Amino acid sequence: MSEAIHEAHVHHPPKGFIRKYIFSLDHKVIGIQYYFLALFSVLVGITLSLLFRMHLAWPNASWDFMGKLFPTGMPGGLMTPEFYLSMVTMHGTLMVFFVLTTAPQGGFGNYILPIQIGAEDMAFPVLNMLSFWVTFVALVVMMMSLFAVGGAPLSGWTAYPPLSALGSISGPGEGLGQTLWVISLAIFCVGSMLGALNFITTTLNLRAKGMTLMRMPLTVWAWFTTSILGLLAFPVLLAGGILLLLDRVGGTSFFIPAGLVVNEQLVHHNGGSPLLWQHLFWFFGHPEVYIAILPGMGVTSQLLATFARKPVFGYKAMVSAILGIGFLGFFVWGHHMFVSGMSPFSAVAFSLLTLSIGVPSAIKTFNWLGTLWKGKIQFKTPMLFAIGFVSLFVTGGVSGIFLGQTGLDLYLHDTYFVLAHFHLIMGVAAIFGIFGATYYWFPKMFGRMMSETWGKVHFWLTFVGVYCIFFPMHIMGIAGHPRRYSDPSNFKYLAGMSTYHQFITIATFITAAAQFIFLINLFWSLWKGKKAEDNPWHATTLEWTIPSPPPHDNFGGKVPVVYRGAYEYSVPGAKQDFIMQNSPEEV
Amino acid sequence: MGLAIALVLLLLCVASVFLFSGHYGWFPPLVSTFTDYDKQFTLTLIVVAVVFILAQLALGLFVWRYRDRGNNQAKHIEGNNTFEWVWTSLTFVIFIGLGILGQRMWADLHFTEPPADAMVVEVTAQQFQWNFRYSGPDGQFGHTDPKYVDESALNFIGLDPHDPAGKDDIMTMNRMVVPVNQPVKVILHSKDVTHSFFVPWFRIKQDAVPGMTITIHFTATKTGEYEIPCAELCGLGHYKMRGVLDVVTPQEFQDWLKKQATGQ
Repeated sequence: MSEAIHEAHVHHPPKGFIRKYIFSLDHKVIGIQYYFLALFSVLVGITLSLLFRMHLAWPNASWDFMGKLFPTGMPGGLMTPEFYLSMVTMHGTLMVFFVLTTAPQGGFGNYILPIQIGAEDMAFPVLNMLSFWVTFVALVVMMMSLFAVGGAPLSGWTAYPPLSALGSISGPGEGLGQTLWVISLAIFCVGSMLGALNFITTTLNLRAKGMTLMRMPLTVWAWFTTSILGLLAFPVLLAGGILLLLDRVGGTSFFIPAGLVVNEQLVHHNGGSPLLWQHLFWFFGHPEVYIAILPGMGVTSQLLATFARKPVFGYKAMVSAILGIGFLGFFVWGHHMFVSGMSPFSAVAFSLLTLSIGVPSAIKTFNWLGTLWKGKIQFKTPMLFAIGFVSLFVTGGVSGIFLGQTGLDLYLHDTYFVLAHFHLIMGVAAIFGIFGATYYWFPKMFGRMMSETWGKVHFWLTFVGVYCIFFPMHIMGIAGHPRRYSDPSNFKYLAGMSTYHQFITIATFITAAAQFIFLINLFWSLWKGKKAEDNPWHATTLEWTIPSPPPHDNFGGKVPVVYRGAYEYSVPGAKQDFIMQNSPEEV
Repeated sequence: MGLAIALVLLLLCVASVFLFSGHYGWFPPLVSTFTDYDKQFTLTLIVVAVVFILAQLALGLFVWRYRDRGNNQAKHIEGNNTFEWVWTSLTFVIFIGLGILGQRMWADLHFTEPPADAMVVEVTAQQFQWNFRYSGPDGQFGHTDPKYVDESALNFIGLDPHDPAGKDDIMTMNRMVVPVNQPVKVILHSKDVTHSFFVPWFRIKQDAVPGMTITIHFTATKTGEYEIPCAELCGLGHYKMRGVLDVVTPQEFQDWLKKQATGQ
């Protein structure tokens, strides 16, 4: 079976700059393209966060040079509330979609998955190329939304109608900006669905001889599960987005009820439900956050095993946990809606299901600790980020135990407590997954090593920095600080919060500055890094059997045969403390 | 390096205990009968604290203890089914147990009707203020219709001038007055976009959704003025959509009602 497919996919190395680097069919080039798309997006996203964090720390301050850069949003250098909200909206949108849904899956998944299963490329290379370029077009439209006449949308990355559906009468940025935003997301959905199809087919059909499902590295299981989530969830967001667009420009009322008076004007819509959007959005939105984190979990397992020189503890349990998280992830969306006006009976069901999802997550955490137990740990930079991932995942995860309970969420919903929870899990743990993957696979992808010293400096500044930024937010939420407030000073009960805001803002600036170390290391090493061997980490999986960087068809025409599982480290009686998957060595 | 990580994780645990001690910001004092909230929160906090501290310290301990010392070997352990079953079951029992324990207060709030003698206040949220309405001596709310909304005449909620039941309705902007120790039933509406009625001291929050009528109830136990922040992004004025819940003695409340009636 796989031989026939191999025959059909023999394609020769492309010639010419455009074919090699722009419209490439090679999953490796496409993976790198996704990575740099994500890198651009994260830089914009961080810049936005620096802007709004400045305002939160010093709401009454005006900065002249900012007034010159943003004459409408910061007239006289003082930030308007609508500018604040549009920064927050675009920050969330860029980070969740264009960073966390691209780099982990489209970036590393694309590059590494085919090699780790012994394939020459993805099942559908043309579809792969299309999925990247469609995503690119989505980003272009999103950037247009950021700079749209009338302002960028201010309804949050969640875009709840009626605020997002009524057009400019509901606020600045709600005209063209919001429309472009919806169009961008719809295009993004298409790109993601194309990618998902590819991953699933490739994993099921293109595994080399001997690569049974239970010998696949956990990274492959994670990317595979993530792609199933993507395939099932993104169509729902696409549908919701089309309905929202129709409400905005087509005169429909899917999400707008009758009888509204907005800004003293009667709104002639009728029959819609704002809750319908929330159900559609979160039916997508909850699997989306697992799409953001599962690849990072796979990478963490990979890194912990490699650098502790031990198998992943409980491989079968880890596979079940990945599948369990993916499956259960479809049944918990209502926990975003406990106070939305949804039936309180559904809330109980969603709550219990949400708390159950803590179980496979806990299994993974125990097994990561078990992987470290009695290991021989080497503190290379990728390992530091994997260890950081475990710590951050625990911290971010346990706040979920509060939020998943209906009764407790009553107070904590829409406060800084939620911000702490999802930033620690997504805005840090998932990012640590990306960093760890970068430092780990950079040698393979580019044939050079990144600087170990600067990698360690980057790790320490970032690890301490992100805890300084997000940990205090738990307390701010407990104190009752609502989300998306451009300035808390209208409320006496929030008077004590300004010190926290200032501390967090300073920590944000320092942590953001530390990311320059990573950027410089990345770009400098691309040209000047020490040349990398085929297997600098002495790891077991198939990507380390081929040259760094790999040839166009990955295995140089020699299709690998797999003899063993993915984590044969420190096997008693073996010649070395690792046995590669394609080694027929008898122990 | 392992030691450094272990120390930082220890510092994290110490800092978290300090931060969560309540001295650096905490819930505002509870002034309603909803005592179950604080109890369940504390229980959850204790469970989470134990889990959090054990996990972070274990991580720190392991990376320090099992560092590569040159002459040590890693042990080829593939797993342990007993451990898997034990920690999975324990986690399930603890998490679901917490969830089930917490359902009682959810039920109290949402599955039980407020008592029949509850005082009714209607809340209509809009960009960017809270409109409150009392039914007045006739105990009936007048009919409303969007076509009657006239903000310059202070008719924010569209009270129908032809409905006699509405003649004695009392309407206030951003100030909700209730008597202490009296169950209050709140009927939530929204005029334009989704808002959320949040009173931190009462531990209650409920979205006000356009096109829906949603009811919640509470009983205040202490007089005082309590701010009502909007808790659902509603536009540029979200941060300044501020109401005040003024809890007064029953006598003060009657006086206020009379003043509102004659003031009209």
